[in-house]
Amino acid sequence: MGAPINYRTVLTTCTYCGCGCNFFLEVLDGKVIGTIPCKTSPVNEGKLCIKGWNVHEFVQHEKRLKTPLLRKNGKLEEVSWDEALDFTATRLRQIKESSGPDSIGFLTSAKVTNEENYLLQKFARAAVGTNNIDHCARL
Amino acid sequence: MTNSIAEFEGADCIFIIGSNTTVAHPLIATRIYRAKKNGAKIIVADPRRVHISEVADVYVQQKMGTDVALINGIMNVILEAGWHDQAFIDERTEDFEKFRKVVAAFPPEKAAEVCGVSADDIRAIAEIYGRADKASLVYCMGITQHTTGVDNVKSLANLAMLTGNLGKESCGVNPLRGQNNVQGACDMGGLPNVFTAYQPVTSSAAAEKFARAWGVESLSTMVGMTIPAMLEGLEGGTVKAMYVLGENPVVSDPDVNHVKKALEKAELLVVQDIFLTATAELADVVLPGVSFAEKDGTFSNTERRVSRVRQAVTPAGEARQDWWIIQEISRRFGYAMDYASPQAIFDEMTTLTPSYGGMTYERLEGDGLQWPCPTSDHPGTRFLHKDKVARGKGLFHAIAYQPPAEVVDAEYPLWLSTGRVFAHYHTGTMTRNSPTLDAEIEEGFLELSAEDATQLGIADGEWVTLSSRRGSIEVRAMVTKRISVGSVFMPFHFIESCANVVTNPAHDPICKIPELKVCAVRVEKSARTS
Repeated sequence: MGAPINYRTVLTTCTYCGCGCNFFLEVLDGKVIGTIPCKTSPVNEGKLCIKGWNVHEFVQHEKRLKTPLLRKNGKLEEVSWDEALDFTATRLRQIKESSGPDSIGFLTSAKVTNEENYLLQKFARAAVGTNNIDHCARL
Repeated sequence: MTNSIAEFEGADCIFIIGSNTTVAHPLIATRIYRAKKNGAKIIVADPRRVHISEVADVYVQQKMGTDVALINGIMNVILEAGWHDQAFIDERTEDFEKFRKVVAAFPPEKAAEVCGVSADDIRAIAEIYGRADKASLVYCMGITQHTTGVDNVKSLANLAMLTGNLGKESCGVNPLRGQNNVQGACDMGGLPNVFTAYQPVTSSAAAEKFARAWGVESLSTMVGMTIPAMLEGLEGGTVKAMYVLGENPVVSDPDVNHVKKALEKAELLVVQDIFLTATAELADVVLPGVSFAEKDGTFSNTERRVSRVRQAVTPAGEARQDWWIIQEISRRFGYAMDYASPQAIFDEMTTLTPSYGGMTYERLEGDGLQWPCPTSDHPGTRFLHKDKVARGKGLFHAIAYQPPAEVVDAEYPLWLSTGRVFAHYHTGTMTRNSPTLDAEIEEGFLELSAEDATQLGIADGEWVTLSSRRGSIEVRAMVTKRISVGSVFMPFHFIESCANVVTNPAHDPICKIPELKVCAVRVEKSARTS
């Protein structure tokens, strides 16, 4: 007998269009392997479109970004999180000090969660001190 | 949306204008098919013969950028025939007289001259929509992505108010939001003029409330910059740094050659994303965030429903939670943040956001909740403006037709519109990295009519050069009946044939939306063969 398989399903909300369909992501041994539409969802009632049925395919794609990158001598190079975060925070701070808070612009995202959107606009407004925050609502 | 997705099934009439519903919102199209089966009349108006037009009782092909003329023509007929709802107008709206005068001067014959839809078809639409008990309006970016985007939307609001199709079940004005969480990004204050729940940054009361909650002395009460203004600022040197989270403006924005040049001028470009997008390639620092399957949180859909997102797998490689990345940068920047989880962020947000005030993760279990949901015992809201329009009185706007910013001429004789295909999503960051979806449609194409193809000596599948005042691209031709003579269409998902090289960045003066749905182009046979 081999090791028992580890199979789970996790109820979540689709990342594609504004319909907001609900489905279960199928996870086998830590890999997302498929989707099962949620029958009780008030939006999609057990149906999905072609994008929803295949939404698991990009999640663990080999081309995913896996390490922070920093431009050194014109090229993006892999660096540690500490280096990437310190660089970002330091440069933002310097630019705020030299050119003022409104010299910094933020594009938040229609693809990330409410919590993340809330946090980025809080950072822009409370920490940096600018209302220069927008996203692709018009695109 | 003023109303809910499920309510479409109960409508007597659904008027779809500027929405490629089957492609862009498939599960809403399903509801429209069911409505049709239940006896609803379906009207579709679109310059391109989109798939949903197959089930239309009336389908009309208005010229690009003439929506105001078409809608004013429809309202003229409704007023003349007396199909308007005078009681609704008297009780719940204001400024009707000014509006009536503009519309009265716009008979269907005059509208027909501008929009190319026959006066008879305009009368047919007016009769179906005007006489329906419950008529629902559905629109998408075919209405909004114009220099007259705000005028177009106000015209649809006029139409709904004129006929009393607001504040009751299965009617309303229903914009289909494109991105999964574009509603949420707006609700959360991801806009330069508002905090969460559209509390204006210019209101000193709102600014004081948020400053207190966030532990800072004061907050800026000056409206910030929109994307086009930031790009101009980069070019002019007033904007020095950009922090881009999960967006790809180098493919998605109009006139991308110009966008790229602007971003290259940034002293600091920070990009946080899940793939190395064309925008990330320009960055000074790239921060790997996580996909929806690797995170907890909430999304708000087009019907204002807030639903849970749940983590299914561990992040790819060293990728980190997006909220953690922002928190760490903030901490190192000198502003302390100490959230233990997305739930902790949500709980803080709800205390500052009246329409989300009654929501908790616990309450979102099951079906989620539709805002406004102001208190912990409020069941959420299926449709808006019940009994009374939210602003007090529904405001009629007198709107006259204005042409698009760029019109065809001898040098650029064809109209171009851009849009989406069923297998792909926006800039393709996710779908083009999904083998099954990418196999469905692997490259971009330019739709043109058989008549135009013959005249230009172009066969189906041949390479053509598409040019506008902004630039040129090479793309394969697709000869089709979907598009009318004199017009061409192409999807914008494909960076190899990037439609946004040619699109026009001219934008609506109020909301700054670019005119992606209409510009003037030239098509020529290309020397390229493969």
